[in-house]
Amino acid sequence: MIALFKTVIHLLAGGSFIYLYLLIDSGAFGADPVKDIIHFAGKSAINLLIATLLVTPLAKLTTYSPLNRVRRLLGIYCFIWATSHFASYAVFELGLDLSLLSEELLKRPYLVLGFSSWLLLLAMAVTSTRTMQIRLKSRWKQLHQWVYLVAILIPVHYLWSTKSEWIEPLIYIVIFTILLLLRHKQILNIFQTLKLRESFR
Amino acid sequence: MLIKIKKQSDICESDITSESIYLKRREILKGLGLATAGLAFPGASQAGILDYFSKKTAPIKDRRQSLSGRVNASYNSDWELTPESKVISHNNFYEFGMGKGDPINKAQNFKTEPWHIVIDGEVNKPYKLSMEELLKLFTPEERIYRLRCVEAWSMNIPWIGVRLADLIKRAQPNSNAKYVAFETLYDPQQMPGQDSRRIGGGIDYPYVEGLRIDEAMNDLTMLSVGLYGKTLAPQNGAPIRLVVPWKYGFKSIKSIVSIKLTRQQPPNTWNITNAREYGFYANVNPDVDHPRWSQGSERFIGEGGLLSVRREKTKIFNGYAEEVASLYRGMDLNKFI
Repeated sequence: MIALFKTVIHLLAGGSFIYLYLLIDSGAFGADPVKDIIHFAGKSAINLLIATLLVTPLAKLTTYSPLNRVRRLLGIYCFIWATSHFASYAVFELGLDLSLLSEELLKRPYLVLGFSSWLLLLAMAVTSTRTMQIRLKSRWKQLHQWVYLVAILIPVHYLWSTKSEWIEPLIYIVIFTILLLLRHKQILNIFQTLKLRESFR
Repeated sequence: MLIKIKKQSDICESDITSESIYLKRREILKGLGLATAGLAFPGASQAGILDYFSKKTAPIKDRRQSLSGRVNASYNSDWELTPESKVISHNNFYEFGMGKGDPINKAQNFKTEPWHIVIDGEVNKPYKLSMEELLKLFTPEERIYRLRCVEAWSMNIPWIGVRLADLIKRAQPNSNAKYVAFETLYDPQQMPGQDSRRIGGGIDYPYVEGLRIDEAMNDLTMLSVGLYGKTLAPQNGAPIRLVVPWKYGFKSIKSIVSIKLTRQQPPNTWNITNAREYGFYANVNPDVDHPRWSQGSERFIGEGGLLSVRREKTKIFNGYAEEVASLYRGMDLNKFI
């Protein structure tokens, strides 16, 4: 069953690269597809983040705990698409002008949000192996809980990046709010642990 | 001797087909797009997936007719041009959707005949013209201008058009005429973006723009009716659109039905939508950043594929300072964005 789920994930999340290729090739993005490629990759990453965050609540709801085993794969695909999003901006839009890139990443609020989210996803992706999980022990969970922050930053990054449209970003904000509310106990726990640690100092 | 090398994207007489056949052909081409995509991979000689994209030209045949303008060589006839396939397929025209490829894909049935344009307001002789009458009254000229989008990309385009000043003079503006207001056609049945806020990017329609009268009368300011030796394609603002090359592209309003001379500064769509980011003047200025990106440089869209990125320094007034800087003497360009 899990193998089937994983195959579907590969087909959809990996297959989206082929879909993107076909969109470019058929002229759906026009002869200069840069902006649309960046947008497509970003949207794919957001959708995969939602999928990743849906796994735990769904596993609980269906009491089918093996479902949790697809979470890592979804998370990694989310990171891959986020990396494609960032890379296509840096390469196709800025021509890898590194001084301009670093300046923009620090100067523009929506890029600060996007880039910090990408760094968090990077940290989670490189520690996503079983070995790293064992080596990091309890810290592993702490690190991976940062995904909740990403779930707050990313819809705002989207909203701030658009020129005028706000309907779609707003839909994303609602979805992420629900996903975070489903975990409100866990999130409150994180804050309480932090407070406890403070008081022990 | 002029040697004309036929490009793949050029259209010859035999390509002129009736609309129904043309539409069918598009369906077939769409299907082919999927079929040929697979061909990209096997060739070991293919340098790579990213180079492959660069060889693509827009597969869409269109209804444009040939149109020639007297070449005005004083306007940068030696510049490298943006390929025609990119000029007609990379467009911002939210009336047809927000994606850059949406306009070419969704605007092909846009009806531009018959079309009338009205010039009235603070004038002694208001008038209304059909496109045929307009082209009889005013001789079109071809001029190569640089188009600089507020989104920091640019193109060099061989426009065909008439001077806006000539049209305005014919209406004899009175002494109250201080500004010129422009309006795009409002037809939600034809323009899906006007019908749905989701498709149209949440801006209010019809799209409106404005210029100060001295900007409108400047010799650079054109009403374009064509480009690359043909009438305008719908996605480029057919049948008639403004071209103000020293201002960001959004000032160059498309598919105009009304030109009105006014006493007061008229509203303009992007300024209404987001006044912090888009002003009335919108003069190209590398020293004033957009709040969300640098305006110091731009991506020039020329030949080549995804990897042939060309970042170029943005010039004040898009390089037209000699012609227009005097219009803004004494004005704080950091304030009047």
